[in-house]
Amino acid sequence: MLTTAAALVAPLLVLAIVLVLAVQSAPAVTRFGPGFLFGTSWNPVTLEFGALPFIVGTLASSAIALALAVPVGVAVALVLAEPGARGLRGAVGTGVELLAAIPSVVYGVWALYVMAPFVYLHVEVPVVQRLGWIGALSGPPRQTSLFTASLVLAIMVLPTLGAISRDVVRAVPKGLRESAVALGATWWETNWKVILPAARGGIFGAGVLALGRALGETIAVTMVIGNRPDVPASIFAPAYTLASVIANEFTEATGPVYPAALLELGLVLILVTFAINLLALLLVRRSVEPAR
Amino acid sequence: MPARNVWRRATSSLARGAVYGLTAVALIPLGLVLWHTVVNGLPAATHVDFFVNVERPVGIPGAGVAHAIVGSAIMVGIASAVAVPLGVVSGVNLVEFGGGLARAVRLAADVLVGAPSIAIGLFAYVLFVAPFHHFSGMAGALALAILMLPVVIRTTEGAVALIPAGLRESGLALGLPRWRVALQLVLPAAAPGVITGALLAMARAAGETAPLLFTGFGNRFWTVDPTQPMSALPLIVFHDALTPYPSLQQQAWGAALVLVAAMLVINLASRWVVRRQQRFAGQL
Repeated sequence: MLTTAAALVAPLLVLAIVLVLAVQSAPAVTRFGPGFLFGTSWNPVTLEFGALPFIVGTLASSAIALALAVPVGVAVALVLAEPGARGLRGAVGTGVELLAAIPSVVYGVWALYVMAPFVYLHVEVPVVQRLGWIGALSGPPRQTSLFTASLVLAIMVLPTLGAISRDVVRAVPKGLRESAVALGATWWETNWKVILPAARGGIFGAGVLALGRALGETIAVTMVIGNRPDVPASIFAPAYTLASVIANEFTEATGPVYPAALLELGLVLILVTFAINLLALLLVRRSVEPAR
Repeated sequence: MPARNVWRRATSSLARGAVYGLTAVALIPLGLVLWHTVVNGLPAATHVDFFVNVERPVGIPGAGVAHAIVGSAIMVGIASAVAVPLGVVSGVNLVEFGGGLARAVRLAADVLVGAPSIAIGLFAYVLFVAPFHHFSGMAGALALAILMLPVVIRTTEGAVALIPAGLRESGLALGLPRWRVALQLVLPAAAPGVITGALLAMARAAGETAPLLFTGFGNRFWTVDPTQPMSALPLIVFHDALTPYPSLQQQAWGAALVLVAAMLVINLASRWVVRRQQRFAGQL
């Protein structure tokens, strides 16, 4: 009886979090309606609250991060799932796990003081000089930008991608790999034409799970994204995410409407991440479980 | 050899090189983050003052982060006292009793693991800060407990599932009720894995900043009273890193170094325990 009660805590927490945020954001929800999600102006002084800049910033930074991280994550998974080479696998596995253990705020300081200046000099400036005529790559380059945030996010979701893709690749029936090798397929043909197609669904699931992590990541992103509530015109422009604006403004928010608007951003964020996590779990489970 | 096969082999070698190369790329940030944290953190973290004094105004020497270290310890301690027993019982329950409820709990734990920590912070603010009209270490601890819970549940479940069915069956054959089999036979056998999971969850909680921003809030002064606002190492890193003062930035790096060192120790130790546990379970 008691253990059942303890077991119920987790499901109840999920419901409570959604309910509490929904109730608390009511003043904003009733005042702005669905227009809240499409408004482009965020001005606490005039009580204008539109969430679009944050939604775009969150989606854009996560999408760029995934585009950068997925190829690397799949490569890590292939290496980790390869038969043989135990020493190498152990080292790579430990490394990826430690990457996951480093606190977000440490990535934040590192990104702010080490990565951002380097990326500014060696990536942003040359790219803007040569390709600045392309709208999405136009300048001026900045150290704290959507691109910098995406880069640090890519590093941070890599362990999730790598570890889950590894499980998925390992769950591919051994016979497939062996048949391919027996038919004379090379290493690349085995992996590219047999293993990866078989693991496709699960790797997609790993990507979706990583997306969920990226959307909700707060501190490191807050430190390097530039924190400007505008829809960014270029990847080198400063932006703002749902999580960052809550982190920066919630303790200063006064009156009934301003905190409620921030809580509504939190509600949007948590509903989206919950939905994405559920989808990802379904995808990953379907491709890992039948093999067990 | 036909030209086509030469081509195939060359492609394969090239692609294999690229895959291993990308894997190396994945590990570069780890090396860089560790290196820069050590190099930039050592100047601050090699002073005794750093570990015994509290924050001081910019320009006054002898500043430290003792209050944040103690704050982190207290908040993570309270969080563990709440989350570990709940999570362990819940995790054992998942394996030993199963059923439809277990599926719901597993799903909820998986969804909670992925919940943005800032949203957990908002939730804790509404429940534990707003009604009392001031920030407190207690609210921070409870926010951290919510983050730890799903991790403890899932790692406990993993450790308990490794215990062979024979152990359960012998207990039941001797006439023990199921709850005693679960708590007195299975749980002790799984203890190393369970403890590891709890430690990993504590490490994760100790590194979290976002849920503390509007619960523990931070405090420039020494306090061990959880009803008061309380500082924590990640809060120091976050606030000090964003100031323009070199001495505070150095302090941020120092605090980051302390955090990273703690994470490394806990993670490497837990990997060692897990490996031993798996070998042990293999022999059983």
